[in-house]
Amino acid sequence: MMKNIKWKHYVNYIIVGIATIIFTILSLTSSLSSSSLYALEKIAIAIILTVSLSLVVGFLGELSLGHAGFMCIGAYLGGKAAVLLEPVFGNTIMTLLIALIIGALIAALFGFVIGLPALRLKGDYLAIVTLAFGEITRSLFMNSDPELFGGTLGLETPRFDRNYLFIIAFIILFICLIIIQNIIRSKHGRAITAIRDNEIAARSIGINVTKYKLMVFIIAAFFAGMAGVLYSFSNYTIQSSTFDYNYSIEILVMVVLGGMGNITGSILSATFLTILDIRLQTILTGDMAVLQDVFRSLILIVFIIYNNAERLRPFREKYNLKSVWQRITMKKKDPNKDQDDEHKWDRVPTKIKMDEILTLNVNSQEKEDKDD
Amino acid sequence: MTDTVLDIKDLSISFGGLKAIEHFDLEIKKGQLYGLVGPNGAGKTTVFNIITGVYKATSGHFYLDGEDLTNKSQEYICHKGIARTFQNIRLFNNMTVIRNVLVGLHSQKEYAYSLFDSILRLPRFKREEKEMRDKAKELLAMVDLLDVRNDISSNLPYGKQRKLEIARALATEPKLLCLDEPAAGMNPQETKELMDIIFKIRDLGITILLIEHDMKFVSGLCDEVTVLDFGHILASGKTKEVLNDPEVVRAYIGG
Repeated sequence: MMKNIKWKHYVNYIIVGIATIIFTILSLTSSLSSSSLYALEKIAIAIILTVSLSLVVGFLGELSLGHAGFMCIGAYLGGKAAVLLEPVFGNTIMTLLIALIIGALIAALFGFVIGLPALRLKGDYLAIVTLAFGEITRSLFMNSDPELFGGTLGLETPRFDRNYLFIIAFIILFICLIIIQNIIRSKHGRAITAIRDNEIAARSIGINVTKYKLMVFIIAAFFAGMAGVLYSFSNYTIQSSTFDYNYSIEILVMVVLGGMGNITGSILSATFLTILDIRLQTILTGDMAVLQDVFRSLILIVFIIYNNAERLRPFREKYNLKSVWQRITMKKKDPNKDQDDEHKWDRVPTKIKMDEILTLNVNSQEKEDKDD
Repeated sequence: MTDTVLDIKDLSISFGGLKAIEHFDLEIKKGQLYGLVGPNGAGKTTVFNIITGVYKATSGHFYLDGEDLTNKSQEYICHKGIARTFQNIRLFNNMTVIRNVLVGLHSQKEYAYSLFDSILRLPRFKREEKEMRDKAKELLAMVDLLDVRNDISSNLPYGKQRKLEIARALATEPKLLCLDEPAAGMNPQETKELMDIIFKIRDLGITILLIEHDMKFVSGLCDEVTVLDFGHILASGKTKEVLNDPEVVRAYIGG
């Protein structure tokens, strides 16, 4: 079986693993500025958020606009836990890890609470509920007791050494990838995609739809919470205004740009958009700052058009990564080669379009319900 | 008594004021090929929806192997051994053919590895995934779809999609397989192949209840039929006798 190593399955680990090793070496030789360390943390956080949201939107097919809400819960409660633990353990990795786990678990609990209505609501309705959840969470923290969560001033968190904070962020990212990918490439993942493709059929073959929907929401909230805790340590202070619905939409944009249900795509798009953001912030300062959003939007529009325009299809097919790679390695597909299941049987369907997710649910689903 | 697989007793369901099914009785013996026929809107699919747990019966009971399954959840009923196909095909369209069958194998006890097993890729995961794959191939071979196993299921021609749905239902290892108009939209060649497949399934010891409009198909397959009209049983018994019953002919053809 060794000859059949499924490189495709490990590509995400390889990308992240190599990046981790390179940057760890660079940071050990202290050739990374603190701003690039900050950028690395940001990228890791963005990827964790995107991959976890991708599980809900891309694989389960439910539109959730409250991802920043889970992140907010994680950030505040994890941050607060760290503040409380600091006198006990000091500024150590112990404090950091306990805070991470507390933040993630409480976010997961809220994931369960939000998952419950998700069982009854579909499409736009669920989107509204999750959107409201995110906004409620944010304003609760904003109006909280200043003694407790800092109120409008924000919560100050302990300062950990940047040199290892980003390494921890990457390790968590790695764990997140392993867990989510391994779930997707198992019978549980198949059940989740089955629910997305046809819930009625999924029920008819004995899949426990309730269990899987809740499971997905809990796992996604867990990692969003963890990303939130990391965010709070990365920024030193957290403002509740950060976690508004714009942030949720930004994560959604990363998921959509990377391709629904495509994890490698999610990683790339999260990295790209985060770097773009940071670049624009450094290039366009002062009066020009208003142009940041304009440029960002323009670049996004170009990408979306490039990805979807019918006329550009031949160009895309000629110059996509896969065909360029095939040309470099001079590898031709052998048509006579027996199709081997090992590679293909668990190919995760990725061609789910946004409009399918949005429209599929309400109208067509209701029509479909009328079976006879 | 022991060889009765499905026993429906005095089943009724109403939607608001509409009495869709009234006092419906049915007894199917093990290994039987049973037909449920009737004009459009007679309530045939409603019977299917009740015995698979989609609708809850207003009154009455049904038993599978003596166990009362009335008003149980769809999952529970599926685990107990009633599987179905749909009148309008419901495949997992974005998935490959084999993956559709693998999803069907989901709830079987032999392949009950946990989330934990799959996250850590424990030996149990690998072993059972391999077994599932072999089992899925076996099922696909039975419905002659092995050669197209890696195609996306929505790209299959209509007849093959029907067969795939049957394979997916079989993957749940049912005692009773309910087929809702399996031959609808098929050409004569495909219909003939389908009949062979249904006989093969029956020979595995699976009892089959099928809804069908094609009378040639029904009389070629079924030992016994029940005719349903406006929610009532019009006739029931040996296929030949029932289909020649003047009442039945009138309900179908009119006059």
